[in-house]
Amino acid sequence: MIPTYSYLVLGCILFSIGTLGVLIRRNVVIVLMCIELMLNAVNLILVSVCEPVFVFFIMMVAAVEVSVGLALIARVYRKFGTTDISTFGQLKG
Amino acid sequence: MFDFFFIIEKLILISAVLGITLFIAAYSTLAERKLAAFFQDRIGPDRAGPFGLLQPLADGLKFLFKEAIIPAKADRFLFVLGPSLSMLAACMACAVIPWGPDLMLFGRTVALQITDLSVGLLYLFGLVSFGVYGVMIGGWASNNKYSLLSTIRASSQMISYELAMGLSLIALVLTTGTLSIREIVLGQPGWHWNILAQPLGFMIFIVCAFAETNRVPFDLPECETELVGGYHTEYSGMQLGFYLFAEYINMFISSAVMTCLYFGGFQMPFIASLGLPQNVVALFGVVFFFVKILMFLFLFIWIRWTLPRFRYDQLMRLGWTGLIPLAIINLLATAVFQLCN
Amino acid sequence: MSDIFFWVFSVMAVVSALSVVLNRNPIYSVLSLIVCFFSIAGHYVLMGALFLCAVHIVVYAGAIMVLFLFVIMLMNLKDVPEFVSKWWHFGAAGAAVAAMVFGLATHLFQSYNPRVIGDMQLKPIAQALFTTYAVPFELSAILFLSAVIGVVALGKSE
Repeated sequence: MIPTYSYLVLGCILFSIGTLGVLIRRNVVIVLMCIELMLNAVNLILVSVCEPVFVFFIMMVAAVEVSVGLALIARVYRKFGTTDISTFGQLKG
Repeated sequence: MFDFFFIIEKLILISAVLGITLFIAAYSTLAERKLAAFFQDRIGPDRAGPFGLLQPLADGLKFLFKEAIIPAKADRFLFVLGPSLSMLAACMACAVIPWGPDLMLFGRTVALQITDLSVGLLYLFGLVSFGVYGVMIGGWASNNKYSLLSTIRASSQMISYELAMGLSLIALVLTTGTLSIREIVLGQPGWHWNILAQPLGFMIFIVCAFAETNRVPFDLPECETELVGGYHTEYSGMQLGFYLFAEYINMFISSAVMTCLYFGGFQMPFIASLGLPQNVVALFGVVFFFVKILMFLFLFIWIRWTLPRFRYDQLMRLGWTGLIPLAIINLLATAVFQLCN
Repeated sequence: MSDIFFWVFSVMAVVSALSVVLNRNPIYSVLSLIVCFFSIAGHYVLMGALFLCAVHIVVYAGAIMVLFLFVIMLMNLKDVPEFVSKWWHFGAAGAAVAAMVFGLATHLFQSYNPRVIGDMQLKPIAQALFTTYAVPFELSAILFLSAVIGVVALGKSE
């Protein structure tokens, strides 16, 4: 028998690791990956609570987010030649 | 609660299925060379054993005893991981294929299938997309620009043709109403094969299957004239053997999948009216299933030695502007048809 | 039996998630994230959500991570600093995460109400998607379409 709070604890741990990654990494691609990790932690908790309809919507939004995000990153890389997150501060108007 | 016989039965089944898969894949290399020789009016390999029947064994030994060279600037771990992933993805697919009707042995019903997943079709689709990693990781880890270029070609080809494949499968699922491969096969008794309901879907699926297995006319990732040797340029020894062998396993598995999905799998016409005992029917079913698979394997080889290969832009245009719109039209037509029924 | 698998998948998920964050080589980060997604898929199987597991593998391992791998392979990322440079950045990040965990712990754990772990059928999910949630479903289709157009517009060279 699986302990009751186990999925909540696991989801929280994964979410925290993802947040930590977003805060300490400087490579935008990795930051985007850590956001995916956070979304998955939320999915895990959601599946342990209710029917997984919302999980499908989160997956759809994640797919859209990644494709648009990576296209943006590729665009910025073409312009500045780097994916350091600090170059994104130079994007104006 | 712990069914001992069940585990024994499954272990035997798994080893038998893996053994047969590897055996047929090995002998399709020989069939490929023999048929190529036939199409080109040559004799083909005939030195190893009678009629060259031991040739696959000799090839395997040659791969095994050759030195496996890892380039100095390559990422060693990923370089080994690439071919292993390709092989793994190829071998895992045989788990959900139903090889025959149920056997009755010692008062037990033995299903000739390793596991009947309720989402078997999605499992296969997931494995197809998982197969991309083996190519991508191996090509990147080689640290060679030609390997990287053909890796990009191979993976974008596989990703593009996955879309059309998925769309044609959705149309099939609309008509069958199930994702379990076994139930799809059981839903086509006698001559009611799915090819009759989904002729266009099958055409799209078989083209995509050729593209996914990197076979001619879609073998651009490994065309020697443009890219040295393709994504496995830097590979040698058994690691190269894994890549080449995975292609033949994929050929066998995709033949089996096409047979199951569109050609009735182990269902044999007229057998039900003969009144034979169940085990005999099951054996006939297995034999008939393998006959259909071998015909598909012959088709793969026949096309390879008949057609020239596409140019890369032609390949992409066929995938994106030809097959995907066709698959969408097929899907819509199937949906409308199902709605009217 | 499922207890053992729960711990195996959990340890795999946490270790690979840490490896995503702490690895200096972006390729290894991508591969670790793939391992992490597979262990989450294992958890879905343990919860009886086989269909969800298959969709999760097809979407994440089959599509999203391939995109990441593509981008990382095609960009020369040798000279990008991988971590924030100052020590107090790490400190601030750690403090923020600690505060968040505290908030989660006090709030979520009181209202958490797990459902009965059991086999999940495909039909109710499909019916919910096309009846109760039909509007969000159609909206997400529009979202996909706009994303396709947007990515094509972004990807075109100037």
